[in-house]
Amino acid sequence: MADPTVTVNEMKIREVDFNPEFISRMIPRIEWKALYEAALSLDVVGNLSPELITDYEKDEDFLKEAHRVLMEVEVIKGFLICPESGRKFPIENGIPNMLLNEGEVGDGPAQSEALQEDDSMQ
Amino acid sequence: MAAPLRQFMIIFAHEHFDFRLSEVTSILSLLHIKAEVCQQNHDAKQSPFLMLKFPNEESVHKYMTRSILGRTVMEVLAHGPTRASVCEQLKALPAAETSRYCSEENSFCWRVHSFGKKIKQDKRLDLIHQFMVNLPLKGRVDLENPDDLFYICEDYGPNPNSAPEEPFYVYVGRKVSEGQRYLAHQYSVKTRHFIGNTSMDAQLSLIMANQGGVKPNMFVFDPFVGTGSLLVAAAHFGGYVAGCDINVNTIHGVGKSSRSFGKPRGEVTLRGNDENILANMRQYNLHDRYLDVMVSDFALNVWREQELFDVIVTDPPYGIREKTRKIGTNKHYDELEDQTLEGHIPSTMSYHLADIFKDLLNFSARYLRLHGRLVYWLPVVNAEYSDDHIPQHPCLKVIANSEQKINMTISRRLITMEKYQSMQNINPLDQVEAEIKTRTYEGSNAIRKIYFPNNSGCQSHNKSLPLT
Repeated sequence: MADPTVTVNEMKIREVDFNPEFISRMIPRIEWKALYEAALSLDVVGNLSPELITDYEKDEDFLKEAHRVLMEVEVIKGFLICPESGRKFPIENGIPNMLLNEGEVGDGPAQSEALQEDDSMQ
Repeated sequence: MAAPLRQFMIIFAHEHFDFRLSEVTSILSLLHIKAEVCQQNHDAKQSPFLMLKFPNEESVHKYMTRSILGRTVMEVLAHGPTRASVCEQLKALPAAETSRYCSEENSFCWRVHSFGKKIKQDKRLDLIHQFMVNLPLKGRVDLENPDDLFYICEDYGPNPNSAPEEPFYVYVGRKVSEGQRYLAHQYSVKTRHFIGNTSMDAQLSLIMANQGGVKPNMFVFDPFVGTGSLLVAAAHFGGYVAGCDINVNTIHGVGKSSRSFGKPRGEVTLRGNDENILANMRQYNLHDRYLDVMVSDFALNVWREQELFDVIVTDPPYGIREKTRKIGTNKHYDELEDQTLEGHIPSTMSYHLADIFKDLLNFSARYLRLHGRLVYWLPVVNAEYSDDHIPQHPCLKVIANSEQKINMTISRRLITMEKYQSMQNINPLDQVEAEIKTRTYEGSNAIRKIYFPNNSGCQSHNKSLPLT
């Protein structure tokens, strides 16, 4: 199994109304493999299909599993992990924090003009 | 052969004038209704009455389910510049028409709606009688719950102090439906659990959702989400919503409680568990359409590049009440050992307005579905403004531009853009980035220094409209 892309310290399952039209619309916008790997990392795979099936719009069981994983599984506390760099992004209160630190941004000092004018605002 | 269009009239609220025709166009578009505005040169400041032709009454009902500025709609029975001419038209209506509402079983009631002049009760009764006798009404009067409600609408012009003796124009009609103005009260920020000092008022949030063409099951995104006001409106119309914001405290609902402004220190409370975006959506039973929010710097993109969102609605910071920031610093930092440094809030630096708007358009061009819409507020300096000020992108076209005055020097414009071609269609050698022809937004504090000319941080003129 690949390295986990999500780790969890606290997770919640919340009940959300099943809306097959919405789920069907979203599936083409999702990278299914990444979703499946995340589900594995969180141990919530259940009956989630490892591959996208054809004609999924008509398969209610498939859509219900997609709905469960997409809408009802919520990581409250944990980390998102970049599969390329290994950088961890913390999740607090169900909200991921994707901010980079100063050292990770850009090439260093920006225009000095910006620095001087910065201090004019409280 | 298509059936002839029938004439109806919307009675609008007397506010947000510049948004009225945009509202009409956006609702007709999102509901795929083929209607025609009868008065192309309608001036909203002059009159609240707008006649349109609709294919049938059903489409009118459908239209009104999204109408925020339009209060009431009626089927027009007669209209003209004098009361006498209108009475004649009513008398001449064919029986095939009047039989719909003149039968013995149909109870009815009449109302007078005058614009620009207060008409006293006894005079109103006279008017009602004057018009009523021209219709072969056979049913009984019911003031509480009539089958049909007839309106006499008289237009005396926008200046009550110089209202003429006789109206400029008269319309008589039969009420068909009401708009959704009550939503502005239902979603009022006054009663919302979680607000900030830049929360968008409910009415404008709903107007923005209409401009964005939000429909059920659409994916709606706000990259400067703040306290989530725009997400609430989008979710109301069936959108599934997500948002980002650079401000950790705002998103988490940390800090002083939403209503502690002005309270003495001893009474200031901290935000509770019910003060965050999900809690707001739960307050209105919209939480099933909450997808997620993230703390994220819009200047540092986190999304995998694809056409992901159906609608992007947002109110970017203008730098007046809220700083315009992005991650970065001019100081040198030694390589951070553990880059997650729990609790570390990274330094921010100034994010110039020109870059905010260019980034917003570039982002929208890449991440909107084809024909998806971007709706955002653009602050403008009144003395300098021309259409050149509107940021442009080769994949997006401006389809609406409505002004809300903030004060003598500054306004903001609600810009609606539609993505009409994909990035893939553009020749890579051509210019594919956003551009702004004017230099107004460059430099730090571009708008702020015009709003606060003495750099005092406080307004010399108070009670301006809420703004970012």
